[in-house]
Amino acid sequence: MSWIKHDYDDIPGTYVFDGKHAHGAYPLNKLLFSLNDATNRESFERDPAAYCDTHGVSGSYKELVLEKDFLGMLRAGANIYYLAKMAVPRGVSVQAAGARFQGISTQEFQAKLLAKGDGLAQRLAMREGFWNG
Amino acid sequence: MARIIGGVTSSHIPAVGNAIANNQTQEPYWKRFFDGYKPAQAWLREKKPDVAIVVYNDHGLNFFLDKIPTFALGCADVYHNADEGWALKPVAPFKGDAQFSWHIAESLVSQEFDICTCQDMKVDHGFVNPIRALYGTHDVWPVTTIPLAVNTVQHPVPTAQRCYKLGQALRQAIESYTEDLSVVVFGTGGLSHQLQGERAGLIDVEFDLDCMDKIANDPLWMTRFSNADLMRRAGTEGIETIMWLVMRGTLQSNVKVIHKHYHAPISNTGAGVLVLENYG
Repeated sequence: MSWIKHDYDDIPGTYVFDGKHAHGAYPLNKLLFSLNDATNRESFERDPAAYCDTHGVSGSYKELVLEKDFLGMLRAGANIYYLAKMAVPRGVSVQAAGARFQGISTQEFQAKLLAKGDGLAQRLAMREGFWNG
Repeated sequence: MARIIGGVTSSHIPAVGNAIANNQTQEPYWKRFFDGYKPAQAWLREKKPDVAIVVYNDHGLNFFLDKIPTFALGCADVYHNADEGWALKPVAPFKGDAQFSWHIAESLVSQEFDICTCQDMKVDHGFVNPIRALYGTHDVWPVTTIPLAVNTVQHPVPTAQRCYKLGQALRQAIESYTEDLSVVVFGTGGLSHQLQGERAGLIDVEFDLDCMDKIANDPLWMTRFSNADLMRRAGTEGIETIMWLVMRGTLQSNVKVIHKHYHAPISNTGAGVLVLENYG
């Protein structure tokens, strides 16, 4: 038995959420999904280790949760949208998480994002029909 | 008979809902992004479609990973928004049209699109935020809605080409409904962005602008991309742009481009608003 290779596997710095990731991390993603519920969020906040135990998250997955290691969880198979259910209420925005993935500050990450809009007006002007182009 | 007046695209990022809720739409960061919605809002006010079919992906509110349908259609008279884990106040419920939905389901299945039918379907930011951006926030929404969820979260996700073909089947489904309804189709999500991994923060403005031009005037161009190639160019979350092709597939081959607005970055994405109108 083996996981077959995909033509997206070589995209750098990218963990495409497919069966390989979803299978192993099923309990972890189930725990993350449970955080949609406010009562569950309070239980998790009160005692993360116990919450992992009752939700079947153990071993290295549990360690990643307790360390709030978002990149580690992602690599281990957490889905990014599900991860946001844990990160955002803890004051870690998606941009702050992105910064952590890259090992830079949130401000640096945001500056890099803003730079993507450099020269936008000129780029739009070179095309036809864009509003405010 | 029901008729499709046109299609509209919109980003559906959570930050859009927050900016509206916090009255930030005229702040410098947001102003150009939201001002670019005004012609789309005006078009909807003028055309007053009876029903909006909203093509979006669920981000872990209605569906969990235990069962992920590739395509899922809301078949209810009401759809509720709910807490996605961020403790935001849910918006008012959306009115559906179960009879129309079930007709669409029957027609799609007869055309070999074996979709999942949902009589109880919570709608998340992917569905809600485009409606808020296009109509403003209301206690009673000014349009009847039908959610059409596409799996863009857990691979394998459908190809761009498959989404386009779904749109073509959806057109036949809508146009074979005997009620006199005007229908608009919203394609949501995109454009390029990647939230995850060391590659997070990716935005490809040139690719986004190509997508907008091609989806309007040459949608087959986009159907030729594999999902791997789309993710390579537009990021893992940018794969959402395939949902624009569902919208495009419901329209005539040649359409009138009423409005084309692009802004980047907004939150982590390139964001595009297209308003495409069918001829007479």
